[in-house]
Amino acid sequence: MKKTTHFHHTLHTVILFWIVCTLCLVSPLLLTGCGSQGSKEGGEVIVYNWGEYIDPETIDRFEEETGIKVIYDEFETNEIMYPKLEAGAAAYDVICPSDYMIQKMIENDLLAEINFDNIPNSKNIGQQYFEQSRQFDPENKYSVPYCFGTVGILYNKTMVDETVDSWSILWDEKYADNILMQDSVRDAFMVALKLNGFSMNTLDENELAAARDALIAQKPLVQAYVIDQVRDKMIGGEAALGVIYSGEAIYTQRENPDLEYAVPREGTNVWIDSWVIAKNAPNKENAERFIDFMCREDIALMNFEYITYSTPNVAARELIEDEEIRNSKIAFPDLDQYENLETFQYLGTDGDALYNALWKEVKSE
Amino acid sequence: MNKTKKKMLGIPYFAWSAIFIVVPLCMVFYYGLTDAGGAFTLENILSIASPEHSKALWLALLLSLAATVICLLLAYPLAMILNGKKKNQHSFIVLIFILPMWMNFLLRTLAWQTLLEKTGVINSILSFWGLPSLNIINTPYAIILGMVYNFLPFMVLPIYNALSKIDPDVIHAARDLGADSVQVFLRITLPLTLPGIISGITMVFIPALTTFVISNLLGGSKILLIGNVVEQEFTQAANWHLGSGLSIVLMLFILVNMVISAVFDREGEGSVL
Amino acid sequence: MKNAAKRIYVFLIFVFLYAPIATLIVLSFNASRTRAKWGGFTLKWYEALFHNRDILQALFNTLLIALIASVTATVIGTIACIAIVNMKRRSRTFVMGITNIPMLNADIVTGISLMLLFISFGFRFGMGTILLSHITFCIPYVILSVMPRMSHLNQSVYEAALDLGAGPLYGFFRVVFPELLPGILSGLLMAFTMSLDDFIITHFTKGAGVDTLSTKIYTEVKKGIKPEMYALSALIFITVLVLLLLVNRAPDDNNNRKGSKL
Repeated sequence: MKKTTHFHHTLHTVILFWIVCTLCLVSPLLLTGCGSQGSKEGGEVIVYNWGEYIDPETIDRFEEETGIKVIYDEFETNEIMYPKLEAGAAAYDVICPSDYMIQKMIENDLLAEINFDNIPNSKNIGQQYFEQSRQFDPENKYSVPYCFGTVGILYNKTMVDETVDSWSILWDEKYADNILMQDSVRDAFMVALKLNGFSMNTLDENELAAARDALIAQKPLVQAYVIDQVRDKMIGGEAALGVIYSGEAIYTQRENPDLEYAVPREGTNVWIDSWVIAKNAPNKENAERFIDFMCREDIALMNFEYITYSTPNVAARELIEDEEIRNSKIAFPDLDQYENLETFQYLGTDGDALYNALWKEVKSE
Repeated sequence: MNKTKKKMLGIPYFAWSAIFIVVPLCMVFYYGLTDAGGAFTLENILSIASPEHSKALWLALLLSLAATVICLLLAYPLAMILNGKKKNQHSFIVLIFILPMWMNFLLRTLAWQTLLEKTGVINSILSFWGLPSLNIINTPYAIILGMVYNFLPFMVLPIYNALSKIDPDVIHAARDLGADSVQVFLRITLPLTLPGIISGITMVFIPALTTFVISNLLGGSKILLIGNVVEQEFTQAANWHLGSGLSIVLMLFILVNMVISAVFDREGEGSVL
Repeated sequence: MKNAAKRIYVFLIFVFLYAPIATLIVLSFNASRTRAKWGGFTLKWYEALFHNRDILQALFNTLLIALIASVTATVIGTIACIAIVNMKRRSRTFVMGITNIPMLNADIVTGISLMLLFISFGFRFGMGTILLSHITFCIPYVILSVMPRMSHLNQSVYEAALDLGAGPLYGFFRVVFPELLPGILSGLLMAFTMSLDDFIITHFTKGAGVDTLSTKIYTEVKKGIKPEMYALSALIFITVLVLLLLVNRAPDDNNNRKGSKL
């Protein structure tokens, strides 16, 4: 008995010892890292961005060049980001939401107007993207485009030998258990609504019911509802078809050359993720400097190469060395060539609730 | 030191649990029993009867019950075998079961995805040997597997703990009095380990019932459990009132479980460690 | 024959428990960035890990939070146990019921309810709020592992010590504490492990720029886990395992030499 206790004791001591050692080992590494920045006088800027949506190198560069310390935080979906900001629990300066969420934030008075005089590099952003932003930011006062793209079908050429040009292929029983759908309300309904020729911002109950029924009919064929895991699963050859953002296409093709990306003829969602500044931002000036820095052509290029999402930064696009990518229709979709392109709009609390209720019906089926 | 003084020692903890356990719980009840306008309503709680919610609850009950039974069936013999080992290995055995938890829960569950996928590790091995493939990923079976995997240690440890506390002399005495192995097991070992079993069942059943991560990662988000509904109400639909209402329903199950544990486990014998 | 069956059974359970961990370790040597493809053997992720400030910072936060939370919880919990054993049965059941809540409640409800609390009382989200929540859900593990020892404690030994002139504190540390120690340490370790492994509660109570390994991994789960993370997990696992084996060996030898009487 005595020995057991003794043994117990040693064991726990060793584990604790391990922990303390690790802490001691890691903290100097961090302190030297952080200390050099903490001493700078430029203040700080708190950035709230999508996960894996920036080249970390660019943040280091920003800190080096401006002396402003970046506190960086990540979110997974617009919906998760919103309550955190609305509750005022954590103060953020710069945020990178998508189109419809920006609209919602503007309507709920959560955003500050941006002083474009402080963002000279915004001239690098193609004018057409500002035009497109008017759908959710009518006067271009609140947002600076960061990334854009379409939603389409990624397919594996070894498993699909017909032309993929319609959403209807996702309802083809041949591909049962080989289809990956998006696991988010708006994206899933977009596919079903577009298939039936409706607007993806519809609030018409009959149209939505038809879309719901289509999704329920499709469910037995779907292998899984996923978000960004489409990427890994398609690379691994787990599925034949997957609904995916165009930004992932370049990366997945690089990893698995059998993959091909197509935008269905019924039309799709064109989305823009833009930098915005929170109304209660503690460091508004630094926030503008950060956005300006992100618009600089060399920085935008670094980010494009890292995350492979299309950049609206025309100057950066000119700098891309690989001609194939620079002129790629996937990386830089020529939006005029498609019809029926739409951008998500904020549908109001009731609209959101309606979509969510229908989506729950699909999921619980 | 008299009893009153000793009871005073509990004050920091009582204050702590009042602020960080009871008050937050009251807030859940407040949200669950009001609507967006702040008026009293039972609608959030009653919505459990809607077809989507009751189906999700039913499925969650079914899967978590299955997982609990499997855990119990796997854990009991295991705990008995481990108990037969040398006594001084107690903490070693405990740690072997805690060790996997040092690898992040999400990473471990994700690893099962890599193992179970159609082109995953297990199927590659099976097809190498010419065996038929295993297609359980994105089905309820994969979710049960994930539950068993994640919560098995919580079943093994309390049972093992209860077993190791049985005085071998009691068993020897029974044998001397002519009891055979079956009788010893049914009349001595099993009743004495009951607190451990109950504690194990609680520790497996409740987290399995409320999980949303496992069903998301291994069920391909095709299978909606009650935990997923609650999570989505909070994180996606931002309907905290409905989410809280459904949480209150979940707490009913927890209450039932607590009552059962209180009846069987008066002395707090069946602790994890 | 029976022994062989037992061995096989234990072996199979261990394969089941450790197969995913083996997978993760193998993935940490995978040259390809995606988990779906084997791109050859590499050690580059281990090198990258030590240059990745974010991951190291998250590791540091995780360990620091787990250490502070588990130690604080152990102190509060152990002291609380002294009070609880001296309570009447009814109030004791009540307190234990409250204690069980964070363990039994769905993590998401605990997380959300704490978030609601912090928001309505105007806490600033950050390291502090994570610590408060972790201490809250760690205390029950401590209490549940100290309680059994506490209730089996022979009160008269402590009283005898007092009669012999020991002060209450001295008496506690010399007589009661050593008896409780295994329970306290188990509780501490359990609390530490729980804090280490927690994701959901941290997710809802964390503030800007404070990440633990779990929250970092969660953001990565959706985008594809960075291989550096596999490398880190493998390192943590291997060090703990090696330590465990070393420690387990030493007293075993001791026992064989001296303890044949047992």
